[in-house]
Order: sequence, then C-alpha cells, then structure tokens
Amino acid sequence: MQFLQQLINGISWGSIYALIALGYTMVYGVLRLINFAHGDIYMLGAMFGYYVAVFLGVAEHASGVRVLSVVLISMLGCGLIGVGIERFCYRPLRKAPRLAALMTAVGVSLLLENGGQLIFGADPKFFPPLIHTREIFRFHEIVLNNIQLMIFAVSLLLMFLLHWIVMKTRMGKAMRAVSFSHDAAGLVGIPVNRVISFTFFLGSLLAAAAGILVSLSNPKVEPLMGIMPGLKAFVAAVLGGIGNMMGAMIGGLIMGISEVLVSGYISSTYRDAFAFFILIFILLYKPSGLLGKTGPEKL
Amino acid sequence: MRKFLLVLAVGMGLVMGCGKKSDDVKIGVYASLTGNTATFGESMRKGIELAFEEINAQGGLLGKKVRLIVEDDQSKPEEAKTAVVKLIKRDRVVAVLGEVASSRSLAGAPECQRSSVPMVTPASTNPKVTEIGDYIFRVCFIDPFQGEVMAKFAYQTLGLRRVAVFTDVKNDYSVGLANYFEKTFLELGGKIIGEESYSEGDIEFRAQLTTIKSQKPEAIFIPGYYTEVGLIARQARELGFQGPLLGGDGWDSPKTVEIGGSAVEGCFFSNHYASDDPASVVQDFIRSFKEKYGEVPDAMAVLGYDAARVLADAIHRASSFQGAKIREALAQTKGYEGVSGRVTIDQNRNARKAAVVLKIENGRVKFFKRVEP
Repeated sequence: MQFLQQLINGISWGSIYALIALGYTMVYGVLRLINFAHGDIYMLGAMFGYYVAVFLGVAEHASGVRVLSVVLISMLGCGLIGVGIERFCYRPLRKAPRLAALMTAVGVSLLLENGGQLIFGADPKFFPPLIHTREIFRFHEIVLNNIQLMIFAVSLLLMFLLHWIVMKTRMGKAMRAVSFSHDAAGLVGIPVNRVISFTFFLGSLLAAAAGILVSLSNPKVEPLMGIMPGLKAFVAAVLGGIGNMMGAMIGGLIMGISEVLVSGYISSTYRDAFAFFILIFILLYKPSGLLGKTGPEKL
Repeated sequence: MRKFLLVLAVGMGLVMGCGKKSDDVKIGVYASLTGNTATFGESMRKGIELAFEEINAQGGLLGKKVRLIVEDDQSKPEEAKTAVVKLIKRDRVVAVLGEVASSRSLAGAPECQRSSVPMVTPASTNPKVTEIGDYIFRVCFIDPFQGEVMAKFAYQTLGLRRVAVFTDVKNDYSVGLANYFEKTFLELGGKIIGEESYSEGDIEFRAQLTTIKSQKPEAIFIPGYYTEVGLIARQARELGFQGPLLGGDGWDSPKTVEIGGSAVEGCFFSNHYASDDPASVVQDFIRSFKEKYGEVPDAMAVLGYDAARVLADAIHRASSFQGAKIREALAQTKGYEGVSGRVTIDQNRNARKAAVVLKIENGRVKFFKRVEP
C-alpha cells in the first residue's frame, strides 16, 4: 500500500526532473554544451509565475483563462531570457574551446542565483495556489490529488509536443541537422543561429513550465531553488543518455522514483548521495547512458 | 636609512591615527540578513537597533554613544565565522551580539572566545553554543528545556501517546530539539513511532511523510524552521494526516502561516514570548517597535532587544569596556526584567526563564500556555 503511494509521489516528482532534463539534453544535442544555467531558468519560471500571478491578482479558484495566462506569460518570459543568454553569453564563445563555454555556463548560473537574491530578495515567497488541491482518487491509504496527476499529464503532453516539433516540423528537422554538423547545416542554407536560438527558447519554455508545476504542488519559491533540481536533472539527462530526448524523460522518472524510495525506505540523508552515486555509476559503466548511442567522439 | 625613517614615521602616523580616541563605542552584530533564514536576522537586527537607539537617547553607555557594526553572514556558518573575525580584528568591537541560528553561533563563538570578546546570542538554543567558553552567553532558554516543554505539553496537556518526529538533519538546532523531545516523551511513558529526516532547503517531503503516516502517529513533532514547516504541513494534510503538528521557536515567522495556510490550523509551537501577552513591559516594547518599523515584533526581534539590553546592563555594572570585566558582569546578571521574561544567567551562562506555548487559530498565532522552568 505504502509502496504504491511512494510510487505516485515518485512519478510526479520525476516528471519535473524529466521536464528540466529535456532542456539539458536538447541544448547538448545541438551545441554540445552543458547549460548549467538551465536549473536557474527553472527558478526564473517559478519567480515569474509568482510575480505575474500577484500582478494579475490571481488567487485560489482563479478562472482557467487567468491561470493559463500566468503560465504562458512566464514561459514566454523565460524563453526570451534563454534566447538572450545564448545570444550574449554563449554565441560569442561558439568557436572557443568547449571548456570556456562550460565555465561561462557556470558563471551565468551564479549570476542568476545571486542576481535573483538581489532582485527578488532571499526569503522564500509563497506561490499563490492557482489551482485548488483536490483529492481525485483515494483507495485505503493511497491518495492521489489533482496536482500530482496534472504534473504528470502536463509533463507527458509537453514531452510529446516537443517530440513532434523535433521529429515532424521543418524547424525540428533543421535542429537535427544542426546537431549533426553546424558547418554542413550552414552550407546547405540552414540558418544555424536561428535554429540554436529556437532550441534555447524551447528548452527554457520547458524549464519554466517545470518551475510553475513544482510551485503549484510545493508553493515556496526562492532564488536558490533551481540549484538542486538543476543538478539532479543533469544527472537524469546523463542517465538517459545526454542528447537523447526519450532518454531524458526516462532518466527523470528513474531519478524521481529512486529518490522518493530512498528517502521513504532508507533515509533522506542518503537521497542526494544516491543521485550522485547513479551519476558516477553510469559514467563508469555506461557513459553513453541508457539510450545513448555510442559513437566516436567528434570535436 | 632616511627612507627607513620616513617609512617608520608614516607607519607610526597611521597607527596613531587609528588609535585616536573617539567618543563612541563599537558593538558588533552578525546576523543572517540575506539567505535562507533572512527574516530571523532582520528581526534580530531591528530589535538590537531599537535597544541601542533608546540607550543612546538616554546618554549612551558610560558616557559614550554606541555605534553598531552589522555584518551579514548570508545564513551560512562559514560566513558567520568570517563576519565575527572581521568585527573583532578590523572593527575592534567591545562585544558581539548574534547569531540567531545555533549552527552559525557555533561557528562564530570560538572566535569571540579566542579573542576574549564577550558574545551574547539572542536566540541560539542549542546547549553546545555556550559550552564553547566562558565568554559566550545567551538570553534565551536552551533546547533541552524547549524539548521538555513540548514533550510534557504533548503528553500531559494534549494527552498524546504516539508521536512521530521529523527532523532537519542539517541543522544542529533541529537535531538537538528532537533528541530532548524524544528523551522526555519516552520518560513520561509515551512512544516515539517513526523518526524521519529532511534537509534544509528541501521542498518535497511526501516520501518521508508517507512513511510516517503509515505508522499512524497521533501527532508529528517537527522541530524545523519556518522555511520548511509550511510546506511539510501542506503535504502532510494532502496525504491525509489529520493530527496536530508540534514545533519549536523555529516556527516563529509570519511565513509559517502564510505558506502553511489552513494546514497549520490547530498546531502548537513553543516560543520565547507572545505578542498578546498583556504584561506592560511587553506591550510598551511592541508599541515602540511598531512606531519605528510599522510591524509587530516577532520573538527574534524581542530576543535581539533583550540581548542588547542585558549586554548594556552588564557594561553599566562593569563600568568598563574591557572584555574580562563585561564578562564578569554578564555572568552575574540576575532577574533582569526583559521583554521575553525575567532573565537570570546561570553558571553555564544560559538564561533561565519561562517558555510559552502558542496555538495557530484562524490564521493567527495565539498565546496558549506559559511553562515555567
């Protein structure tokens, strides 16, 4: 009984990791860059959600249109910030060694965290409950509420939407081409810069969505909230095979479920240790990840 | 040689310039003005500032105006240590006030002890803090007492027999409080079922709460900080836990009710003071605090104020700014009428005083019971 409840907790928590991990994986696929600022975009999504909701006066039992507008405005805001970060921080370094870009990513991450503390204030804010929590299912001891279900459903929907964009649209085809080779894609007339901007836009949208979904079920937002989930999602992306979208989803779910099981049955003290143990294990024995392709490293 | 003399002369000039006698006396404060528990630090700073403003208005300390030097430690123990070193070495303060959190006082106190600068912590309740040395004092009660109060309260007043404990393992304060609660509750004949833990900064507690709930406790004791308590309460209610949640003075912040909402209704926590206490010393303080800051002081502001007042009282009695003399006088503090109760410093440099139990009702924190030591 308890196990089933833990499984529900784990799946809903893992969906969040999966959404963030998708952003890591997409950017890596296209640029071969681990965008460490991605976890902070997730924080910005939650922060923007908070400010837009307060500004629009959206509180409990708000109408669907207003809730949706809060979500869309903050996603759009984060998308633009993601594009801006790429334009001004990563693009000038595209021809530089990869380590330089990686360090810049760490720098951007620190900038967002500490700048966030300066601008938003360091104390935690209460995220208004846009959607009232309701039990929708109860069987003996097992409780499933609407927000947990929504997190899972929305994550799944966004993931399939993303899959469709990448696999079926022209832009998606261009993204795959750029991921294959920047130079070759440029030679056949694909606007490489625009495609990369679009990738950052999509990834940041997903991170913002994850930020808002988390805030609905755990309504506390603060400027440092992105650090741990960012790292865990990075582990999830590596676990699933970085660069592989399906892998990121599966990796996220595995991370969420295993974390919940570790803190539920062993001790929460080992939760983070376990996550990074997975990372070390994967890097040692299957560096390409669960679904990743092994191939010659191209530089 | 001439060059050497010149350097010497300039150097002496600098030293003498620094040594110039001034008309004010410096007291250092280190506080978490930013970071995770920023509201604690801010409140404490406000209380201390108010106290010295009043003291300065009445002519200052031993004829000198008090100048406060406030250092922010960003809610981090390692920064707390740096802040204290800065206060002592650079600013040469005569005494140090701070910190709220035990883990940060534990980082700062050894520096004060080493330099023989008296330190008074307003609100660090972990016993280890004053065990660091004879220059470290506090004006609040300690965790054993607070843990005992809540255990007795749970057993005797609420009639609870099966309680689970949910501890923040990264926090000395939380771990200490949990231990003393468990010890007393077991001695009384109660049962501790389920001990789970989380870490400061977590937002997801459902896994541990699911485990706790499956053991069917009557109540959960959560000796954490306000930053997590609200979310823990919400998630516990979502999972269908109905019993009361109990806590310590870490709950004392408007954020507990703001984040917890209806989930913290009917919950109890122990604290240093209650703002609806009718005593005149309390109401007078609240009035002047409101005049200055436009808000009702929380316990950290009150303890900050009391710490500053107790220190000032000791300096008056010592009639000296020497560390050793202030230390002597602090150790002899007896029956000082503070806002948070009558403060007597015992031989372990801890304050003996009463605690209050507060109840959250209709989104407001209400005085429930006073518990004497």
